[in-house]
Amino acid sequence: MTAISVKNLSIVFGEDENETKVLDAVSFDVEKGEVFGLVGESGSGKSTVLRCIAGLYTHWTGEILIDGQPVGAQLTKERCRKIQMVFQDPYGSLHPKHTVQTTLAAPLRIHGIGDSDRRITEVLRDVGLAPHLRFRYPHQLSGGQRQRVAIARALILRPFILLLDEPTSALDVSVQAEVLNVLSDIRDREGLTYLLVSHDLAVIGHMCRRLAVMQQGLIEEVVDYADLSGSRAQKAYSRMLFDASHHYDRSMANDITAARQAGGGTVHGA
Amino acid sequence: MSSTPRASDAAAVQMPLIEARDLRVAFQMQRGVFQAIRGVSFSLGQEKLAIVGESGSGKSTVGRAIMRLNPPSAIVTAERLAFKDVDLLSASRKELRRLRGRHISMIMQDPKYSLNPVATVGEQIAEAYRTHHKVSNREARERALTMLEAVQIRSPKRVYDLYPHQVSGGMGQRIMIAMMLISDPEVLIADEPTSALDVTVRLQILAILDDMVKERGLGMIFISHDLNLVRSFCDRVIIMYAGRIVETVAAADLDNVQHPYSRGLLNSLPRLDQKRDRLPVIQRDDSWLEAV
Repeated sequence: MTAISVKNLSIVFGEDENETKVLDAVSFDVEKGEVFGLVGESGSGKSTVLRCIAGLYTHWTGEILIDGQPVGAQLTKERCRKIQMVFQDPYGSLHPKHTVQTTLAAPLRIHGIGDSDRRITEVLRDVGLAPHLRFRYPHQLSGGQRQRVAIARALILRPFILLLDEPTSALDVSVQAEVLNVLSDIRDREGLTYLLVSHDLAVIGHMCRRLAVMQQGLIEEVVDYADLSGSRAQKAYSRMLFDASHHYDRSMANDITAARQAGGGTVHGA
Repeated sequence: MSSTPRASDAAAVQMPLIEARDLRVAFQMQRGVFQAIRGVSFSLGQEKLAIVGESGSGKSTVGRAIMRLNPPSAIVTAERLAFKDVDLLSASRKELRRLRGRHISMIMQDPKYSLNPVATVGEQIAEAYRTHHKVSNREARERALTMLEAVQIRSPKRVYDLYPHQVSGGMGQRIMIAMMLISDPEVLIADEPTSALDVTVRLQILAILDDMVKERGLGMIFISHDLNLVRSFCDRVIIMYAGRIVETVAAADLDNVQHPYSRGLLNSLPRLDQKRDRLPVIQRDDSWLEAV
């Protein structure tokens, strides 16, 4: 069963001579219950894919199917209940003047769901936050606790797809381990589907079986992580991205510089 | 090069570039004093020395203490804190100004915030040279252009006249490196110099730093949270926790660390080469806060 199907997704920003094609006919499928990774460097368009699916951009072309149903460009309440997003920066994504309680109650109020007291208690327990943190403000929480609140806010409507945009890159490694464990536990229990964007291939490898490698708005390839880590990826760019995140190597740096100078900024070909 | 080095040369080789013994930094707060660095000792030779640790471990504070760039509320004490034979604690402000940039340089994490937004990048590099050398504007400009080329910027003349907002993150960091190395310092403190960069750009920046360290015989303190990176890039690694050094190891031996905190930190890292269902979470122990 396919949870997310993206077909020929394209998006353009700017007008006339400033026109930039940020996504160019991106296509991939995500199975129900899968954690699918999107990797690439800054400007590759990986976060833009998430923002199109989430409905934060509305002028895209192509097709997005959720559970086999096409979604339009406009955001509907029903779509918000199905799909939720967690952002990178736990400092910027929570309202500084709202308590955890207020932040978590807002989606329930908007969607006309009662029983908010019990649901907030449950969701705080699910993400591993102590009940007494419920009346705290964001500045009274640590970075890891804030990211748990952001995950709780995404989960409170009981969506079946979570879009995760670099959810742990602002966190220390020990806190990152805790948050990744929380995400794994929730998925195991609720059978959620995750679309995970990260620049950290180790995080992708830990969470995902399959991933798409993106470069300059294009999908280079969709590859099993086992193939990527076993140097069996089809594209040279994917292999280079993996090796570059692995360790520092002087000769690899030379290769990249040479490729940049020859190819005008990108690494192409097999 | 003579085959029998003079005595002064031999002494210079043995004298560490930076020596810290029992370095302590405390901050005067409204309620009492907060001890950020609680007795740190290390020495730096012509090598790449990493300081790793999580947020709040004090790694950046150590870097700033060497430059004496801590805010006025900081109380810095040490049995010894020296650059070669210069005592950094008793040095006058004038002497410190002479050292900073000329003998000890510092590269920060994000070039966006460390470059002056209203001056061209070329002017800023030339200014760094003119501050320490009495030269004409024309010569400073020539030096800056040569330096831009040394950090592998392909069209130095064009880049010289760009403003910081017109350059990418990777180019911004090359410009910072050019600015910091133009006066030929002996010590370079790099505070997370590649954390804001993409992996391929990161690799190129590291290669430039690596070459500079080798060619010029620099001592580099590389402050980072990235254990995988320092393992392959640095010579030695200092691991800090709560203002103390818990362990110092050769980078090649990073997998054989002994201290439970170091082990926990390494274990909590997702591995590229092996799959685990859950990541072990560090179980912190109050005894780690005590001296080791």
